[in-house]
Amino acid sequence: MPAPAHPFVSRSGGARRLEPVVFGISRAAAYLILVCGAAVFLDIVVKGGATVFQTRAPFVNVAFLSEAPESLYVFEWEGRQMRLGDREYRAFKQAHPAAAAVPAESYVYSSGGIFPCIVGTLLLVVGSMSIALFLGVCAAIYLNEYARDGRFIRCVRLAIINLAGVPSIVFGLFGFGMFVIFFGWNVSLLAGWFTLAFMVLPVVITASEEALKAVPIGFRVGSLALGATKWQTIWRNVLPYALPGILTSSILGIARVAGETAPIMFTAAYVVRDQLPWQVERAMDGLFEGVMALPYHIYVVSSKIPQNEFTERVQYGTAFVFLALVALIATTSIVLRNRLRARYKW
Amino acid sequence: MVNLPVRLGSPAVAAPAGVPPVAPSRPLVEIEDLDFSYGVTPALKDITLGIEPRKVTALIGPSGCGKSTLLRCLNRMNDLIEGARITAGSIRIHGVDINQRDVDVIELRKRVGMVFQKSNPFPKSIRENIAYGLRLQGLRDRARLDEIVERSLRGAALWEEVKDRLGESALGLSGGQQQRLCIARTIAVEPEIILMDEPCSALDPVATAKIEELIQELRARYSIVIVTHNMQQAARCSDQTAFFYLGRLVEHAPTRDIFTNPANPQTEAYVSGRFG
Repeated sequence: MPAPAHPFVSRSGGARRLEPVVFGISRAAAYLILVCGAAVFLDIVVKGGATVFQTRAPFVNVAFLSEAPESLYVFEWEGRQMRLGDREYRAFKQAHPAAAAVPAESYVYSSGGIFPCIVGTLLLVVGSMSIALFLGVCAAIYLNEYARDGRFIRCVRLAIINLAGVPSIVFGLFGFGMFVIFFGWNVSLLAGWFTLAFMVLPVVITASEEALKAVPIGFRVGSLALGATKWQTIWRNVLPYALPGILTSSILGIARVAGETAPIMFTAAYVVRDQLPWQVERAMDGLFEGVMALPYHIYVVSSKIPQNEFTERVQYGTAFVFLALVALIATTSIVLRNRLRARYKW
Repeated sequence: MVNLPVRLGSPAVAAPAGVPPVAPSRPLVEIEDLDFSYGVTPALKDITLGIEPRKVTALIGPSGCGKSTLLRCLNRMNDLIEGARITAGSIRIHGVDINQRDVDVIELRKRVGMVFQKSNPFPKSIRENIAYGLRLQGLRDRARLDEIVERSLRGAALWEEVKDRLGESALGLSGGQQQRLCIARTIAVEPEIILMDEPCSALDPVATAKIEELIQELRARYSIVIVTHNMQQAARCSDQTAFFYLGRLVEHAPTRDIFTNPANPQTEAYVSGRFG
């Protein structure tokens, strides 16, 4: 065997042969995720976009975004196929009394729009995030600033971790038993707020604690040494600097609150509701009525009604609007957070 | 809540009614037979020390000797540390035991200010850093705040350097300026005693010289207790020096005596650099 030309000549061995294999697998896994994500996203954007956008001005299908769902009526009239929503169909029959005799196929929820669902989801997100942030930040302040470590605090932390692992359908059942039945709130916005709030609470508490921990201890002792009370210190010299971090966590919470179907199906979501939440006799009644919501509407139109060529439009349109809405709320929070971050930098 | 009498020895201000007059010879702070421990670990043993008003008292000694612990006892910052407590003895300021039940720690800390080892300006503007302590007390009057901000910054020899950028973030200041800002912030709430915990340990020699100069000016109005690792610093800027070793007070005397004629051989070994 000839002597190698220099001491750094490659020697073949198991570890070296493994290298390209590991590289290949890890790279393929990363690309696979990209492909899956792109496929799902493109499918929804292309098919949903066809519902939401149109080629004529104003380019957005205003009716889909601003009207309530309606039944679609399909019938033959003077040799043409007519597709009319519920209200249009009735107007048509008034104008053409002969049309009443023509047999029409009706397809539920396949016409009109999804405005009540958009409103319902927005209300659910804003209400439950407000409750979750208030309770979560208060609890995090207690745990991080006031409480002294001990058996009780360890139990609290354990409970928080366990709460984070509870499946969302269990939260739904909990909300149903607690708020809907025991508190007697019925299926209502309020019950949905609290159910969703409890679901995201562990995330909010944990992240708020992290954000509070990240504030240097020097800000606290500096403030206390100037004669501040503990609460003055927290309110003026800790919380403002923790706020961007707390908001970051709540952005994740928003996507979850908006997206979960299971917790609201027993507690807050109606399949259909004619009035909007504020169309009530007394102002408080709105809180004790259920709402329509985007994820639940997708569930209903894709699994609870007979499928046909007319339902796809609503399914994809709703999914697209849903994605866009979550992205919009998250973007708003990120912008807000970045502003705060720029203001309170250390 | 006990009202500590306003600055002792200041002829313009009479002690409020109800507080027994204190003999002028009595030290401002009297530490008597003080034992202190963190949990089960004793940190201070049998400390008896008097701190004179309007003097600079330096606490020196090797790391872990308890000098910072003693400093933090004086404004009860040790309350924040779990398990830390005084096990015997007392600390009296103006004759009032500061650990007795009816002493409000908030009032105590307004009267006994503190400057920390690592300068800790808040991430606010320079003006708001100074105004922080005053706002805590509910002062909102803009003109009055501005007046105190200027006075405090002048008092900390920082006014000329920052007067044109009071609205800018305090974090843009240099290390030495930040530390003087912290001193200004402390004197803004008009304390009587200022505690300094190695205020120059993170500063370069030029910034250190400025702080030492400032300490000389401040002692006309405040009683200063300074913990330092730097023996030259203690020699340069203190009137009294207390040497600690392993949680005990070894020697307390006028600074000149400690450095030129120490009574205790351990003190002599330390100040001459043979250990520590």
